[in-house]
Amino acid sequence: MKIAIASGKGGTGKTTVAVNLALALEDVQLFDCDVEEPNCNLFLGFELEPVEEVTCLFPEINTDKCTLCGNCADFCRYNALAALPKKILLFPSLCHGCGGCSFVCPAGAVEEKSRSIGIIEKASSDASLKFFQGVLNIGEAMATLVIRSLLRHIDESKPAIIDSPPGTACPVLAVLGFADYCVLVTESTPFGFHDFLLALEAAKALKVPVGVVLNRDGLGDSRVEDFCRAEGIPILLRIPNDRMIARLYSEGIPFVKEMPEWKEKFEDMFETIKFETIKALAFKSTGVQ
Amino acid sequence: MRQLAIISGKGGCGKTTLTAAFSSLSENTVLADCDVDASDLPLILKPQVLKTEDCLGLELASIDLKLCTGCGICRETCRFGAVLENFTINPYSCEGCAVCTVACPENAVSLMPRVSGQVISSITRFGPMAHAKLGTGEEASGKLVTMVRKRAVELADRYSCKLILIDGPPGTGCPVMAAITGTDLVLVLSEPTVSGLHDLKRAVELTSHFRIPTVACINRYDINEKKSLEIEAFCREAGISLLARLPYADITTEAMMEEKTVIEYAAHSRDTGAVEFANIVRNLWAEIEMRLSDSSKKEMYSKTLLDRKP
Ligand code: SF4
Ligand code: SF4
Ligand code: SF4
Ligand code: SF4
Repeated sequence: MKIAIASGKGGTGKTTVAVNLALALEDVQLFDCDVEEPNCNLFLGFELEPVEEVTCLFPEINTDKCTLCGNCADFCRYNALAALPKKILLFPSLCHGCGGCSFVCPAGAVEEKSRSIGIIEKASSDASLKFFQGVLNIGEAMATLVIRSLLRHIDESKPAIIDSPPGTACPVLAVLGFADYCVLVTESTPFGFHDFLLALEAAKALKVPVGVVLNRDGLGDSRVEDFCRAEGIPILLRIPNDRMIARLYSEGIPFVKEMPEWKEKFEDMFETIKFETIKALAFKSTGVQ
Repeated sequence: MRQLAIISGKGGCGKTTLTAAFSSLSENTVLADCDVDASDLPLILKPQVLKTEDCLGLELASIDLKLCTGCGICRETCRFGAVLENFTINPYSCEGCAVCTVACPENAVSLMPRVSGQVISSITRFGPMAHAKLGTGEEASGKLVTMVRKRAVELADRYSCKLILIDGPPGTGCPVMAAITGTDLVLVLSEPTVSGLHDLKRAVELTSHFRIPTVACINRYDINEKKSLEIEAFCREAGISLLARLPYADITTEAMMEEKTVIEYAAHSRDTGAVEFANIVRNLWAEIEMRLSDSSKKEMYSKTLLDRKP
């Protein structure tokens, strides 16, 4: 079972939920898919070792064969190639590695090489939790590639908790498209609710069942709750607006560690998720609820 | 015309709350909400829409099933796994690279234009505003941010405004770069958390790369005063003025709930905490205005940043 932890926006407590949930359960895996800014390990402090280099193909032009016809530069949709009078110039950071230029080159002058755009790391084997993260090199744009490679490391026999990237764009959809269940972390304020609706739209587009964690509960009003009740979306957990929790967060300490009473709450949340996922699967296969 | 961008390495730092507060303090200003991914400024400023325009993103492949023979060549050549088994296109995976159009022997694939979002111009109670709405699953591209900024400049010309106030996107990627290039001053908002300092450093790296004068501000500094001191030390070392330290206060949420800026809210509040908070924001704004009007300083700032190794 793969559980994505998402939110319309950064800073809502997504990482907090992912890390604390993972630490409260036994025998689970945690994947940090926020590859532009992986934050989970700030709270875990594991020793990390590289397991895989993520690569992307890019063209290299064999100048002996190239006739300077310009087909490749004309074709490239991302302006990664420019045809100069005497030379074809490549801008690697714009290249998406689609392979189009080698496909259209009549002279067979385009050779594809691979370059590293990021890395997959994992916690050393004596760590208490099976933890993986992906890191996208600064200046690279292909976050989705790193996420896909990272998700390939999931051991299907165990529950996997996935900390999603913020936003509602391609990187999140890559994670949601892969998940069996999506936990949306939000707070019940105008900003929180607005961003929550955006994230919900994304989850709906990919037909993933959704549950909600209300963060900083007590702050704001009941708009998220009212909405969830009307739409039949379960509220899985409430994390109060507590200065102690905020403080532990600022220190990088997962609060289940200091406040053991929370372990049980996260376990209960996990039970609900299991139940909801089974229900959704049954609904999918039979068409009845 | 001057431009100020407010950024933070990450979302949820209070960037929008602060931008909204500035909007009610500044005069003759155009607002540009460049946080196109989750545009929250309109929730407070309740804009009246003047004009909406589509922003075209990368194109999307489309297969004509009447021509398609199901040979599967497109599926093999698409490196993004966007061609599904039934030879339809998954719009969330398709990067519009066009390889399938040249690979298909039957000429069954074509590219269609794709709307990635809308750029909107509006009027708010604090002046004109340019903002955007992004379609689900669309990338918050620098292109859309650039369009919002262009629209803001048009509005500033039309309404003779002297300043553009930019609510920047989170992160340090392409949308942020599009939001800060060519601005006169960047305010980086930071938080005293384990990731806060890290994010601040990345943001400063970016502004010094573009040689934009930079100032900083710590939000919720009293959550963790030790971490706040670390942030202060970093600013000192980097030659960046730390203009304000904002406390952890309920006023930010309370004002938001009433769809007011903290300045508006504090004007009718008897809570001393709220009034104090608003006063710190006022002083911060006064400092910023001074820096924006003092163009000779610009040179000096750029130099300090140039000499400094990030
Ligand atoms: S591989 Fe694709 S994106 Fe890269 S240069 Fe060639 S055509 Fe352009
Ligand atoms: S298509 Fe091939 S031959 Fe033509 S310019 Fe490009 S690399 Fe050279
Ligand atoms: S345009 Fe490119 S990404 Fe889209 S389906 Fe065709 S080959 Fe795949
Ligand atoms: S390559 Fe063309 S004909 Fe073959 S499956 Fe794809 S769309 Fe159909």
